[in-house]
Amino acid sequence: MADRDLDAAIAATRFGLGARPGEIEATKADPRGFLRAQILKEGADQPQPGAATSRQRIVEFRDYQKDRQVERRVKAADAKGGDPGAPPQAPEARDPVKMAQRMLRDETGVDFASRAQLGATTPDAFRERWALFWANHFTVSATKLQTATVVGPFEQEAIRPHVFGRFGDLLGAAETHPAMLLYLDQAQSIGPDSMAAHYMGRGPARGVGAPPGVQPGRKAGLNENLAREILELHTVGVNGGYTQADVTEFARAMTGLSIGGLKETDDVAGTTIFRGAAHEPGERTVMGVRYPSGGKEQVGAILTDLAARPQTARFICGKLARHFVADDPPPALTEHLVRTWMRSGGDLAQVADALVSAPEAWDPTPRKFKTPYEFLISSWRAAGGAPRDIGVLAPTLNALGQKPFSAPSPKGWPEETEAWAAPDAIVKRMVWAQKFSAAAVAGRDPKALAADALGARLRPVTATAIARSESRGEGLALLLMSPEFQRR
Amino acid sequence: MNPTRRHALAAAAGFGVSLSFLARQAFAASEGGLARRKLVFVICRGGMDGLSVSPPIGDSAYADLRQSIAITDKALKLDGGFALHPALGATHALAQAGEARIVPAVATPDRARSHFEAQDVLESGGTVVYGTSSGWLNRAVGSLSKQRKVEAISIGATAPLVMRGPTPVSSWSPGGVVDGEARLPTLLQDLYKDDPILGPAFARGLATESMAQVAMTGLAAQAQPAAADPAPMMSGPAPATAQAYQRQGQDAARKLGATVAGFMREAGGPQVAAISLDGFDTHANQGAATGQLATRLAYLDAVLDGLHAGLGADWKDTVVVVATEFGRTARINGTEGTDHGTASTALLLGGGLKAGGIVGDWPTLKSAALFENRDLAPTLDMRGLFKGVLADHLGVERTALDSTVFPDSGAVRPVTGLV
Repeated sequence: MADRDLDAAIAATRFGLGARPGEIEATKADPRGFLRAQILKEGADQPQPGAATSRQRIVEFRDYQKDRQVERRVKAADAKGGDPGAPPQAPEARDPVKMAQRMLRDETGVDFASRAQLGATTPDAFRERWALFWANHFTVSATKLQTATVVGPFEQEAIRPHVFGRFGDLLGAAETHPAMLLYLDQAQSIGPDSMAAHYMGRGPARGVGAPPGVQPGRKAGLNENLAREILELHTVGVNGGYTQADVTEFARAMTGLSIGGLKETDDVAGTTIFRGAAHEPGERTVMGVRYPSGGKEQVGAILTDLAARPQTARFICGKLARHFVADDPPPALTEHLVRTWMRSGGDLAQVADALVSAPEAWDPTPRKFKTPYEFLISSWRAAGGAPRDIGVLAPTLNALGQKPFSAPSPKGWPEETEAWAAPDAIVKRMVWAQKFSAAAVAGRDPKALAADALGARLRPVTATAIARSESRGEGLALLLMSPEFQRR
Repeated sequence: MNPTRRHALAAAAGFGVSLSFLARQAFAASEGGLARRKLVFVICRGGMDGLSVSPPIGDSAYADLRQSIAITDKALKLDGGFALHPALGATHALAQAGEARIVPAVATPDRARSHFEAQDVLESGGTVVYGTSSGWLNRAVGSLSKQRKVEAISIGATAPLVMRGPTPVSSWSPGGVVDGEARLPTLLQDLYKDDPILGPAFARGLATESMAQVAMTGLAAQAQPAAADPAPMMSGPAPATAQAYQRQGQDAARKLGATVAGFMREAGGPQVAAISLDGFDTHANQGAATGQLATRLAYLDAVLDGLHAGLGADWKDTVVVVATEFGRTARINGTEGTDHGTASTALLLGGGLKAGGIVGDWPTLKSAALFENRDLAPTLDMRGLFKGVLADHLGVERTALDSTVFPDSGAVRPVTGLV
């Protein structure tokens, strides 16, 4: 029946990442069931099984920083003409410049390309899109040097395993992951009245060594960045009813949450640790709730409460509806998601099921304009291919304003059409589509590719334009640039 | 490039719908002084630290509050107890010539200290977040368009809110080259003719692209414009050192400024432009005369330098406004940085500026004067600054400023006497 044809096309394009050849045909029997079957308790797929861990990457970055310091000292000594006195040389394999290049190209580049290849080839693209939503919700961006190589590992370790679990577990995993602690400056935050701060202010007391991780003489204090963004962006949202005082109290409670560094033993280097000595002592009040003094249990209790708040359900369900359905989604859809969230205690598998079961999510009119990443991945899917490496992704994504792993702020990538459909961006999409299509069409029939990619969503006017195209490449480019392919 | 060649290029780009910029040559020439005026709005995202942009070196509390990140000895001196950050050399030279002024304690009406809320308020021109979904610059252009044709452009791959809205504006970023031989642009215009978003956007994009090719040929010996982003991760040759990386970024920034200037000097080109820069959120290891913030300020300075150089004789008709969503805490925080604050510095630049000291009052950094005992207190509403520039420089009417451009802002008086 016609409706089921349309639903199959919507399932693959709106909820997935665009149809690969044959996908819509195979989905027709049961479009909703096709999506539900992709909800797995185990979480989302891993782009790189056995990839480097965030811990390895952080330790590697610290080695690189040490080698840079040595290099600078040697250079400074050379410039003075003095004898630095047999400077320690960095091992050949750790030449700092080569290392930095390798970290960016080979590691971050491979991480990103692997994710794009998974997106382009997976038969379970709803599961992948669901994971991408959460990775963007808990944005860690490579815009900081310290986080440039840990975005991929962060997604693999903190996000993907938890995307169909309880939101509270996902929240805990994301906020305490070393990549997040680095990105939002939590790792260095120290309670102003903590043992560590007193030590740093006074200098070492007789007979008392420095608490681990504390450098005497450095100024110690609070950094409220992560606390603020958890409230504003990750849980209750900007209108969630918190004040500046709540932000500061929460930041105090979070002190101690840090990353094992040079002063700790090797087994915790680069992992999340709780430094009791840096924790601000005392009870805290956040959003009207009092939390007795304690160490990491205090911050754990606050996160648990934030996860359970109805403002959190409302804020995130609204985001889900905006991401999957429309910039201005039907209120009934959001309500439906909120009810499921509250009833299930934030069970994300049930929320995902509620999303694909809601009639409002299946409106035939496509209202979402694809982001550059979605556009590129869906183009590869339409052509039945996959991006070869980072070299074919990065220049285009940079030019279209979505630099790999580099969301402009902790808010993540923008969601709304206006952000992506600027005049210049459409022209750049066309320039890319032209080149891509010429290479990707490879003797195939663009009419068939169009029918496969859009199914019942293909409009007659577009089909006619493709049928009249002068070359196969032009035909595929018309498909990719058509209004219905640009939307989902 | 002669006009015939230019029109040939435009035709080759395949747009039959809108020759918006190029066809209006005669029209623009016939207008008087106001039509020559140019306005560039530069948004520095992330909460740019005004106390580092224009260090109040004459304020006795400054060095104490800022400690290791205070900028004192190396600061570039201005009159009246202020200075500019050492990375702002080109800006300082303009200030010395009376062509740049600082607005050291300005803020939007927003007090929530959220980047996203504050940027929304800065760009929408409202008083509360989500007050309106269009930008004040777009509505100002809309208001002027009732009297004369005014073109506007935003620079960057995504359109900033300040330029979004009912009045169509162009956007451009470096890198796109339209194949003039292909039929695709014409076919797509056909496919987009009933599409309310793609249709107009695509026509404008093509028109701008063809204009860009004209503007770029005016830039001597610059084969390939660098991207607006100084660090094109994982593409292009990697520079050998961090310094080379920074220099590359600044060269790119200067070219970006010069290219925008080239657009604006085109006959019938945009009178109004918006440029968006990010990376000013310095919670940790902010640095002082050098460091993280200094690098971003050097980039900003290079954009401004490129604009100044590229505008040439038109600089005397230009005002550049640099603003950020909020300033940062008056005190250094526990991680050698600063957290979200309230008032910050805006910069005004242009050949037509009236000479004068700082714009607005200085609240001082005495602890009793700090806003909520943590931030520099605002003495000026950002909207008053914008209104003053829009009124005196571009001739936007007061009634429009008070109602449509900045809704319900009758009580906020324009800052007069700037140009």
